[in-house]
Amino acid sequence: MTVTRTIPRSPTPAGPAGFAPVLRAEWAKFRTVRGWVIGMIIAALVTVGIALLDHSECGGQPTPGGPVIVGYGCSAPIGPGGEAVTDSFYFAHRPLAGDGSVTARMTALTRPGGMGPAHLQPWSKAGIIIKASTRPGSAYAAVLVTPGHGVRMQDDYTGDIAGRPGAVSPAAPRWLRLTRSGDTITGYDSADGRHWTTVGTVRLAGLPATAQAGLFATTPGTSTSTSQSITGSSASGALTLATGHFDHVTLSGNSPSQRWAGTQIGSGPGSKAPGAGFHQAGGTFTVTGTGDIAPDVGGQVGTPIEGTLTGVFATLIAVIVVAALFITAEYRRGLIRVTFAASPARGRVLAAKAVVIGAVTFAAGLAGGAAAVGLGTALLRSNGNFILPASALTEVRVVAGTAALLAVTAILALALGGILRHGAATVTTLIVAIVLPYVLAVALPVLPVGAADWLLRVTPVAGFSIQQTVQRYPQVAASYTPRNGYYPLPPLAGFAVLCAWAALALAIAAVLLRRRDA
Amino acid sequence: MRALLALRLRRAWTRLLPSSLVPRSSVQSAARAFGAEWTKLRTVPGTGWLLLGVAALTAGLGVLADAATRCPAGVCHLDPAKTSLIGVDLSQAVVAILAVLVISDEYGTGLIRVTLTAMPRRTTVLAAKAVTVTGLTLLAGAVGVAGSVLAGRLILPGHGFAFGHGYPPLSLADGPVLRAAAGSVLYLALIALLSLGVGTAVRDAAAAMGIVLGLLYLVPIIASTVTDPGWHRHLEQLAPMTAGLTIQDTIGLRGLAISPWAGLGVLAAWAAGALLLGGLLLRLRDA
Repeated sequence: MTVTRTIPRSPTPAGPAGFAPVLRAEWAKFRTVRGWVIGMIIAALVTVGIALLDHSECGGQPTPGGPVIVGYGCSAPIGPGGEAVTDSFYFAHRPLAGDGSVTARMTALTRPGGMGPAHLQPWSKAGIIIKASTRPGSAYAAVLVTPGHGVRMQDDYTGDIAGRPGAVSPAAPRWLRLTRSGDTITGYDSADGRHWTTVGTVRLAGLPATAQAGLFATTPGTSTSTSQSITGSSASGALTLATGHFDHVTLSGNSPSQRWAGTQIGSGPGSKAPGAGFHQAGGTFTVTGTGDIAPDVGGQVGTPIEGTLTGVFATLIAVIVVAALFITAEYRRGLIRVTFAASPARGRVLAAKAVVIGAVTFAAGLAGGAAAVGLGTALLRSNGNFILPASALTEVRVVAGTAALLAVTAILALALGGILRHGAATVTTLIVAIVLPYVLAVALPVLPVGAADWLLRVTPVAGFSIQQTVQRYPQVAASYTPRNGYYPLPPLAGFAVLCAWAALALAIAAVLLRRRDA
Repeated sequence: MRALLALRLRRAWTRLLPSSLVPRSSVQSAARAFGAEWTKLRTVPGTGWLLLGVAALTAGLGVLADAATRCPAGVCHLDPAKTSLIGVDLSQAVVAILAVLVISDEYGTGLIRVTLTAMPRRTTVLAAKAVTVTGLTLLAGAVGVAGSVLAGRLILPGHGFAFGHGYPPLSLADGPVLRAAAGSVLYLALIALLSLGVGTAVRDAAAAMGIVLGLLYLVPIIASTVTDPGWHRHLEQLAPMTAGLTIQDTIGLRGLAISPWAGLGVLAAWAAGALLLGGLLLRLRDA
């Protein structure tokens, strides 16, 4: 009697039913190798450990051209939008109760000492402003004149609308007007005081019934150059002043006071600048001030939350080692032949490995990143440092983005391991491709800026831009360098570069796995 | 005549016995160990490519950096020698992989047991490996560094680093440039020793590479975010890469965290420490 037996075959390669067992097998492999599990735990802990190493205290910052002011740079006013701002200028003002308007003709914007606007910054500013109060960080709307960018209407630190272009001079004065109606403020400019053009209309939520309206002037420190060296960046330059010259100043509406008051807004270095103030002679006003009315940009005041995530580079190296070994160890020990004999669909094995290593890394990265941001910012705050405010959504993006960045890198390492089939070669290639560009472009100022930007665009380290919370503002001149936290690509675009590398490597690995003998 | 006969006899005798049983002087055994290591490294297919990679990457990245550098007004804070020699930042990774594989490949394939059976003096084996890999690294490094200096000499004057701006063309006759160039070759050799030590201690090639490259590349990243100047300085004085690469600085020496030769000394101490640890573990552990 012949007994026919069907030999149980492994599930056919097609169909989703076959994926679960492969996935389970790969997960079993991962969790039973003690070194890999320990490696992942170390990867998660090292992020937190390095975040907790930063015991720097805020002892103050050097002012442009001046001494270190204790406490300066250790805090910043918060604007209506929740962001840290610079709010430092000289304000000649009168209260304005309810609706009304302020109008002025501006004849010149100069630097004291008879120097013209060429000696100022392109974004020095003077003009008229309606501000909720004299408290730094309070809401405002202003129509102002700049040396380099014509008339602008700016509001609440981040808003910026272009008006009439060109420079101001006694031969070509600018008429400026702000009209309040409820919590809506409209800005106008005019060349002759008769034909008015609307620059923009903004809404200042919660503007109190009595606001302060008047004239202002301010300028960022001229020739402030941030020099980078091995020993870090240092700001140097002289503290300068800008003077706005006004006449035909009228305040229409209900004003409880007929007297113009002069107030230095803000507690920056400008509050100690000699020469700031305002003079009224007949119908002409000159207002002189220094500082800026602008959102804070990176590298000036405070630490962004991603500053606590430096340790992610150490995590990344541990993750790369584990992920590379996850596939290359099978080649070295010959286990890969058993694996492929058990599940002949090689692409599916690669996919299962990618899912396992990606998920494990994401979980480890999420735990490590969340703890590093939480504990790191708490430690920095307790040492008197200022952490730039970030919304809950931004914090989630930074932490989850970091975990995703690590997970995609792990998949990239796995795929590269499948291509090279050599652990040390895989680890070296990836560290050189990810960590070294960051070292050369950001950590050590050894490369020119153009080359550094290029490296941060095309290499997988571009993915780190998903951690960036600091923002660029075209109306704020600053050094938007990688060292100050600015990547050349926006967060998601940078992350997409990393994903593209991982996808490319996975595709090549899948093709090679099928073609080559194991 | 008698002495010659004795020598011949001894040679004939040694041929009949397994080599490990023959009592030998330490010089002889060291020479044999070196010969064995040299044969192994010479016949492994990757060695040539890795050495070629060291030389090519050192010079190649230097050429790219030279080409990307502009110093139009003659006032720039870039060090022409350091810019030309930037390839060392990259090629040290290749040196590390060469040195790590010298030992960990033997663990990976089980050859280490054969090696240690043939040459039971484990310290001698490690020393022979160190001599072999250091010699090859010095050779490849010298070729790469010479190419970098030559590239800097040819390219940089056209990019603003002109004689009139106080930048003479790079020349090895210039003391600091010679120090930077020769020091870069020595730096690579010390990286090889450091990597060999770590590779011996860790045994797994991928993990050893992670540790070596982490040690080299992570500290500059962490140091760049440390705002406290004291801490920053200490990190740069103690880290193998930042301290060791001060040997490449030719301008602004006063601003350095550590003087060039002392910096290279720090790296030498790291290499010695790693070799000591590796040697100790090699002696104490089962292979």
